[in-house]
Amino acid sequence: MAKKKAVKKKTVKKPAKKKVAKKTTAAAKAKTPRRGKTADVKIADCAAKIHQSIRSNRRPKMRYPIRSLSNVDYNAKKGFFQLAGNMSERAFSYTTVKTFAQSVRMMALSRQLIRTDDIATKRDAYYQSKNWGEAMFKEQPESDTVMDDIEAMLEVNREQLGFIPDEHGGSIAGALTVVDIDPASGKKIRIDCTRFGSGAYTIPSNVEHLEFETKAKFVLVIETQGIFQRLVKHGWWKKARCILVAMGGVPSRACRRFIRRLSDKKKLPVYAFVDGDPYGYTNIYRTLKVGSGNAAHLNEFFCVPRVRLLGVTPEDIKKYKLPTHPLKDVDIKRAKDAIKNDPFIKHHKEWKKALEEMIAMGKRAEQQAFAAHGLNYVISHYLPKKLANPDKFLP
Amino acid sequence: MAKKRKPAKKKTTRKKPGSKGKPKKKSAKKKSPKKTPTKRKSAKKSASRGRGKSAEATVPNGGEEEMGLMADPIAVRLAKDQREISISEFFTKNRHLLGFDNPKKALLTAVKEAVDNSLDACEEARIQPEVKVEIASLADDRYRVVIEDNGPGIVKAQIPNIFGKLLYGSKFHKLRMSRGQQGIGISAAGMYGQLTTGKPMRVTSRIGPRKRSHYYEIQIDTSKNKPVISREETVGWKKHHGTRVEMEMEARYTRGSQSIDDYLQRTAIVNPHVSISYAPPEGEKMEFPRATSRLPEPTKEIKPHPYGIELGMLIRMLHDTKARNLKGFLTTEFSRVSPRVAEEIMREAKLYERSRPNTIARKEADNLYRTIQKTKIMAPPSDCVAPIGEDLLLKGLKKELEADFYTASTRSPAVYRGNPFQVEVGMAFGGESSGSEDSTIKLLRYANRVPLMYQQGACAMTRAVIETSWRNYGLSQGRGALPIGPMVLIVHIASVWVPFTSESKEAIAHYPEIMKEVKLALQECGRRVATHVRKEKRRVEQERRKGYIKQYIPHIAIGLREILGFKQAEEKRIVKKLSTMLEKS
Repeated sequence: MAKKKAVKKKTVKKPAKKKVAKKTTAAAKAKTPRRGKTADVKIADCAAKIHQSIRSNRRPKMRYPIRSLSNVDYNAKKGFFQLAGNMSERAFSYTTVKTFAQSVRMMALSRQLIRTDDIATKRDAYYQSKNWGEAMFKEQPESDTVMDDIEAMLEVNREQLGFIPDEHGGSIAGALTVVDIDPASGKKIRIDCTRFGSGAYTIPSNVEHLEFETKAKFVLVIETQGIFQRLVKHGWWKKARCILVAMGGVPSRACRRFIRRLSDKKKLPVYAFVDGDPYGYTNIYRTLKVGSGNAAHLNEFFCVPRVRLLGVTPEDIKKYKLPTHPLKDVDIKRAKDAIKNDPFIKHHKEWKKALEEMIAMGKRAEQQAFAAHGLNYVISHYLPKKLANPDKFLP
Repeated sequence: MAKKRKPAKKKTTRKKPGSKGKPKKKSAKKKSPKKTPTKRKSAKKSASRGRGKSAEATVPNGGEEEMGLMADPIAVRLAKDQREISISEFFTKNRHLLGFDNPKKALLTAVKEAVDNSLDACEEARIQPEVKVEIASLADDRYRVVIEDNGPGIVKAQIPNIFGKLLYGSKFHKLRMSRGQQGIGISAAGMYGQLTTGKPMRVTSRIGPRKRSHYYEIQIDTSKNKPVISREETVGWKKHHGTRVEMEMEARYTRGSQSIDDYLQRTAIVNPHVSISYAPPEGEKMEFPRATSRLPEPTKEIKPHPYGIELGMLIRMLHDTKARNLKGFLTTEFSRVSPRVAEEIMREAKLYERSRPNTIARKEADNLYRTIQKTKIMAPPSDCVAPIGEDLLLKGLKKELEADFYTASTRSPAVYRGNPFQVEVGMAFGGESSGSEDSTIKLLRYANRVPLMYQQGACAMTRAVIETSWRNYGLSQGRGALPIGPMVLIVHIASVWVPFTSESKEAIAHYPEIMKEVKLALQECGRRVATHVRKEKRRVEQERRKGYIKQYIPHIAIGLREILGFKQAEEKRIVKKLSTMLEKS
């Protein structure tokens, strides 16, 4: 709440960057999130700046980009959401003194983590604040917000700040060998994802150092564990020569980054298979492909621009006569909102059409709805038929 | 009316030939032309009584009488039971109309009537009132009530009438602001006592230091509405002047709301010139000292305003007036009717200014009445109403209630149905005696400085409070309910004739003029309370901010020291600098 008051909108266009972007394709551009100074130095710089203004009796300020869908542009050339440049300013005052204090202490905590080469989950950070007396966080969402603010302000990701998410990174199965470093010995270890049997390899929170070896032809990213399990059980990845990834809802940053690095390094096409509803399209698929509004400063790295949607499309619902559920009010609202405000949807006519078709139909279908035609109908009919024509996938 | 037209009572009621008799006359004429000569002799007698009525008029009545006897003998039997009802008898049966519904309320009403009378008498005599109230428990449900004042006293001859007769008083025939109106109250209280205990009312009164004190024991003959004196003597009394009333009655004493304690405190708030001492049946004696020696302005008696009368009253006034012509009648019997206005009325009504008032017949009176309502007449004078005044109302509030903020507003006089009235509002906000934050406000209603203790929901003042939008003034309010907040709200209406909804004087009738004035006064005070609430909120906010400085600023310094690694002294300096930055804004 306090944030909004201090917002000063400045729309800064950066035409110079766009010109550079023309030459490089999104796929080729896969450098690591580290730019310039390390997070350690950035924190020290920021603290020094605050200290300097206090010493000269000026109100200290913190500036960071606004983290919301309203402040992102869809850069079609690069293929992901980019910050539009509106900045929010948190000047030291009565209304901001609490968050200001929390931000400074959070930066101090982060610096300590980096210095001691330690990590803390978001939940750990929240409990650390319990030592801050009156300045402690009452609920974890408060500490998460402050963490995201610092991340955006310093233009680093939270792993660099020493914080890791609590969320599940995603599961991998199929023809892939991941080369990781053993934290105990520091030696390289090779993890063969074909050897997990009916289980799966879990994507770690930090994936920057991983290397890949694979002979697969494509990556299939699946929304639900249900379909993933079925495909693993029947060893479908062997037949189709692919790598299976289960996201478990909206993909985590690590999951997005993993798919991005894997597909870039090995030049693999990526297909997404999600539920046929507005949430599956505009939240799960959109976030996977172009990133989120909330972490727009990091989308450049945490997105998979080359991904295309295999299904379930509104067209599939009709074509395969899938059992459906009526769209709820929130679904309709979400779809209409996306058509109106989501820069990615607005950019692609195909998507606009698909969402409008879904609203007109008033129905949604889940991935597992294919089970109505037989438990393995997905394996035997749907996926092969679809994969025969990848050009027809939605962008 | 029906009763009076029965044959048995006919001779006594002949004076009032009602309009309803007319059609019957015609029909009787046709039916009994033959009987006319035979009845003529008897008719002569009634003719001589009936103030010059023609013989013809009496004939048909005779015919009717005969027919009545023959056709409906039941009516004759019924007639035997038909007789006048004494006002005392009526109220014995209908005591709830006067506020004696139950033992608890009866005790309160008795005290209230006596105190009202005492205060009216003192103020009229320009004496600073000192009232003593004493209630003693005699048996389980029996109490003795004593009210003593330092008023002017009552002359010996009038004592039995005032206390032993219902509808006997000085105030009914005057249009003047006073607490009492009808002359029912105190005698009704005595009657209630007599009814429940059989004991007479004991009255002592003295009118001056050189006069004797008279002691009476009075009962009421309820069938005749007359006092019966069971004992009469002169006694020694240390008071120079004053009246003491003592009665026993079946009652129930309670504390809390709608109790005697509550009533006396409410009285003390709006009557800061009154000193009351109160000895309850249990517990400590209570004193309500006076806060000012200034008595309310003496009020003037006024003539009725033409807009305020009804047709029946106009006819009666036309009949009773001493004025010899219509113009004289209009100018002397009413307020604000100048000779010019009177002429205008008569011209419009097509009446002669020299007509004798008592010859104006009903039809012409109707015409006159309607013309008066249409004529533009100046509003009645307002010096007949004496408000408490903002400063004294504030004094009363401060004396009796512990609050953070007080405000009061006195509206200028206004008029309903030709009666001048004035509305006052007082508020005591926050603090000990104002109630809690989340219960409804305490509304105290007054009419002519008398607290109205019952029937809050039926009162126009309550409605006006409910219809005011209190959210504008920082109080929450449910739909159709009193606002919620720590506040005591006083609404007072002063008028020469307060329009009560019943004789027990508990609620004000919903005249739009009255509602409007109350609302305006509420709004004025509401705005002031809102300002106070806002100021208070700002103060609390300031406090909270000061807390912020202590709570959060050190953490900024700690965080910076942890990152930059400077010394403790620098940390302290940062805290100091940041604190001054916030204090400046």
